[in-house]
Amino acid sequence: MTIRDFSAEEMLREQMGRLPTTDEANPSTLGTLDRRQFLKAVGGGIVVLVAMGDPGGSVVEAQGMGYPEDFNAYLRIGKDGRVTVFSGKIEMGQGTMTSLAQMAAEELGVSLQRIDMIMGDTDLCPYDRGTWGSMSTRFFGPAVRAAAAKAREVLLDLASQRLGEPIDRLKLKDGVITSLTDRSRIVTYAELAGGEPIAHTIDREAVLKSVREFKTMGVPTKRLDALDKVTGKAKYAGDIQLPGMLHARQLRPPAHSSELRSVDTSKAEEVPGVVIVNQDGLVAALHEDPEQAELSLGLIEADWQTPEPHVDETTIWDYLRSKDPGGEPDDVRGSVEAGAKLSAERFSHAYHDGYVAHAPIETHTATATVQDGKVTLWVSTQSPFGNQATVAEALGIPKAEVRVITPYVGGGFGGKSTAHQATEAARLTRIVGRPVQVAFTRAEEFFYDTFQPASFIEIDSGLDSEGRISLWDYHVYFAGDRGAEQLYDVPNSQIVVHSQGWRAPGVHPFATGAWRAPGANTNIFAKESQIDVMAAAAGADPIEFRLRNTKDKRLRSVLEAVAEAYGWEPQSAPSGRGLGVACGIDAGTYVAHIVEVVVDRTTGKVQVKRVVCAQDMGLVVNPDGAKMQMEGCITMGLGYAFSENLRFRGGEILDKNFDTYEIPRFSWVPKIETVLVSNDELDPQGGGEPAIVCMGGAIANAIHDATGARLFHLPMTPKRVLEALARLPDFDG
Amino acid sequence: MKETIRFRLNGQPKTLKTDGDRKLLWVLRTDLGLTGTKYGCGESLCGSCTVIVDGEAVRTCQLPMSAVQGKEVITIEGLAEGNAIHPLQEEFANRGALQCGFCTPGMIMNAYGLLLANKRPSRGEIVEGMEENLCRCGAHQRIVEAIEAASRRV
Repeated sequence: MTIRDFSAEEMLREQMGRLPTTDEANPSTLGTLDRRQFLKAVGGGIVVLVAMGDPGGSVVEAQGMGYPEDFNAYLRIGKDGRVTVFSGKIEMGQGTMTSLAQMAAEELGVSLQRIDMIMGDTDLCPYDRGTWGSMSTRFFGPAVRAAAAKAREVLLDLASQRLGEPIDRLKLKDGVITSLTDRSRIVTYAELAGGEPIAHTIDREAVLKSVREFKTMGVPTKRLDALDKVTGKAKYAGDIQLPGMLHARQLRPPAHSSELRSVDTSKAEEVPGVVIVNQDGLVAALHEDPEQAELSLGLIEADWQTPEPHVDETTIWDYLRSKDPGGEPDDVRGSVEAGAKLSAERFSHAYHDGYVAHAPIETHTATATVQDGKVTLWVSTQSPFGNQATVAEALGIPKAEVRVITPYVGGGFGGKSTAHQATEAARLTRIVGRPVQVAFTRAEEFFYDTFQPASFIEIDSGLDSEGRISLWDYHVYFAGDRGAEQLYDVPNSQIVVHSQGWRAPGVHPFATGAWRAPGANTNIFAKESQIDVMAAAAGADPIEFRLRNTKDKRLRSVLEAVAEAYGWEPQSAPSGRGLGVACGIDAGTYVAHIVEVVVDRTTGKVQVKRVVCAQDMGLVVNPDGAKMQMEGCITMGLGYAFSENLRFRGGEILDKNFDTYEIPRFSWVPKIETVLVSNDELDPQGGGEPAIVCMGGAIANAIHDATGARLFHLPMTPKRVLEALARLPDFDG
Repeated sequence: MKETIRFRLNGQPKTLKTDGDRKLLWVLRTDLGLTGTKYGCGESLCGSCTVIVDGEAVRTCQLPMSAVQGKEVITIEGLAEGNAIHPLQEEFANRGALQCGFCTPGMIMNAYGLLLANKRPSRGEIVEGMEENLCRCGAHQRIVEAIEAASRRV
C-alpha cells in the first residue's frame, strides 16, 4: 500500500501545466456562450468589443499562449464608475496588485483610487499560467495596458457620439469626459456603461501613453493591499471559514521513499466529533477544531517501511555526479583550446550549493467546498489555473466544474507553483460532504517543499597577459541555465548545462522546483566568484576588472551606478576592507551589488554591514514597489548566502521548523540602499527576482576582500568560513 | 475538560465555555472568527501568532486558554480606535513595511508590546525586540523604520 506522495514528475506537470486549447485558454473571449457566462459571472457593466492586435511573440512564448484579445477579459466599468481589473496573476507580496492597477488606471484615464483588483479567480480572470519568473509586469502588464488603452479609445468614441463632439474636442479626466466647446456638457464612463453591455468597435489602434504623459505609472505608489494587511482584514486561504468546516490533518510518511504497510485508525475514531478518512491513499483525521484533528491524527497507528538512506546533505554532490546526464556546449565562442593557448594564467575551481527551502510564512493551504455541484477552492497558489486543471484531473471532472479563488498569498518564491493541498482538500470535501480546510503544518511545509536543487559548477578560466579574460569553460550540474550566460566579452567561451536544472525528475531524493530566480543564485555565485578570483590575480580593482571585460552598456551602467552610490575607491582584493562586488542579469534586468562585511575570525560569523544595489529594469511602473522588491531580494539573499541548507537522510527531511532551518532575522539585515538606473526607453523588465541573484557572489567576494579566504560553497556558514580561513597559508588562528 | 473562561478581548468582555488546554490561536481563529492572528510554525518560533496579553506580546500558538483567564487580550483587529488605525498600522502601511502581509499582524503586535515596554526604543533595541519575529519577504528594514516612526507618535 502506497500512501499518496508527491513525485517530482507530478510537481513538474503542475508547474509546466499542460498546454490548453484556445477555448480552454480564453474562457472570457467573446465566443457566444463564453461571453454570456462571462457576463453572468461579472454582472452588468460595459462590454465593449474591439479587435486587439497580436500581443506579440514574446508574450506568447512566455505565456505558452496568448492573453485574450478582448479587453473585457481584463476590465469592467461598473455603474458606480469603479473599474474592476481582472488578473490571472496573483498577489503574494510582490506588489503586482498595485503595479497592474497603476497601468490600468494610467491607460484608461482614471485615478488609481477607482480601481478594484480581482486576482487569480479562475471563474472571473483571464487565463494565466502562473505568477513566477518576474513576468507579471513584463508580460501581463503590456496586455493590461493595451486593454485599458483600447477601452479608453472606445469610450471616447462613445462619448463623442453622445456629446456630438469630435474626440479632439473632448477632455478626459478620471473617467469624466467634458466637451471643450461647452464645458457644461459632460458624460462619465459610468454613464456610458449604463449598466448595459455595449458592443462597440473602432477601427484605429489605441496608442499607449508615453512616459511624459504618465500621471500614475512611474510614480512611487503605496501598496493597495497595505491597509488590509495592517488591520488583519486581509484574507488568506486559511482565513476562509465556512459553516460546518472541518480541519484536516493527514497521515504523512516519515520519508519520501516510505511505504505504508498497515494503518489502524480505531483509536482515533473514538475522539468525539472526529471524522476519519482512509480512502484512495488519503488517511486523514478531520475535526471542527484543528487541535482535535491533530490529536486524532496522533492516535492513528501506522507501520511504515523506509528504505535505507543512501545520500545526505554531505554526500549529495558525489551522488549527483554519478547522475550526470552530460550536456551540450552552448553559446560557444572561439574554442576552449584556443583559449587555453591564449591564457597566461589559468584558474580552475568548483562551486557547490545545497537544497534550499522556500519557507513562506504562510504554509500551503486550501479551503474547499462543493457548491451547486461545483468544487470551489480558496488556495494559496501561484498558479490558480494550473491548480484548477490539476484538481479537475485528480477528481476526474471537467475544469469548468472547479473554481479556484486565490486570496492574498502569504509568500511564494516559487514554492507555491504547486498546490497539492488543494487536490487533497477537494478530494476530502467530496468524501466527507462538508467544507474542508487543509493547512500544512510547518513540518509538512518543509517535507513537501519543492526545494532549490543541490548542484555544483566547474569553471576553467584564463587570463591573457594583459589581464583580459581569455578563456571560460563553464559546466553547471543540476542548477540549470538561468544566470549561466556569459556576461563578459570573452573570445573563447562555452557554457555546458548538465541536466535541465531543477527539472531533473528521478534524480533528487525529493521534489525540487523553482526557487526565486531558479538557478541564477547558484550560477552567479560561481561566476562572479570566479571573476573575482581572476581580478585579484590580475591585481585589478574588481569593478575596474569587470568594466575592462565588458562593452555591454547596461552592465557598465549598473556597475558605474553602484560604484558611485557606494562611494567606491578602487583597490585590488584582498584590501582588508571587506567589500565585495557582483553583477548579473535576470529577467531582463541588470543588477550590480556592493556589499560590506565584517568577518569574525574566531567564530567564522560574517555580518553584512551595508549593501548598495543598482538596478536597470527598464521603465519602472512603481519605483517604491521596485525598491521594496530589491530590499526583499537582498534580505532573503542573506539566507541562501549564510545559513539555508536543507538537512536530510535519503527521503527523510530533517529540518522541520525554523529552529534548525534558519532564515534571515532582523539582526542580520544590513543598511540597504537601492538605486534605480533610469532607462525609460526600455519596456518594463523583471523586478521580483533580479536583486537576489548577486547576493552569494558579492558576499563571497567581500569575505575574500576582508580576509583573503575564498568560499566555494553555499551557504557560507561560520564553519565553512573558519575552514576557508584555516586554508590560508599564513593563518595563525 | 470544559471550563468557563472569562477574559477581555479587544476591550469587550468574553465568556467561553471550552477546554482550557485549547490554544488561544485556534480559539481566536475558529470560535471567534478573528483570523488576523496567523499560524506560521506552531512552536513559538516565528511570531505570526503574536497578540497582547495584559500588556505583553505573547505567542498564541502554544498559549492555553486557561492562561488568559481574567486577562486582557488585544489582537490586530482590536488595535484601531474607532476609525483611526494605530500609528504602528499607519506607519507600516505608509512605509511599505510589509509585502505578503502574512507576518504583519504578528510584527505589529510584537512592536506594540515593545513600545508598551519601551516608549522610545533605539534602533538597536527595536532590532533586538523584533529578532524573534520572522519575515520571509525581507521587509525588515522598513519594519524597523516604521516602528521607529510610530514610536515618535505614541
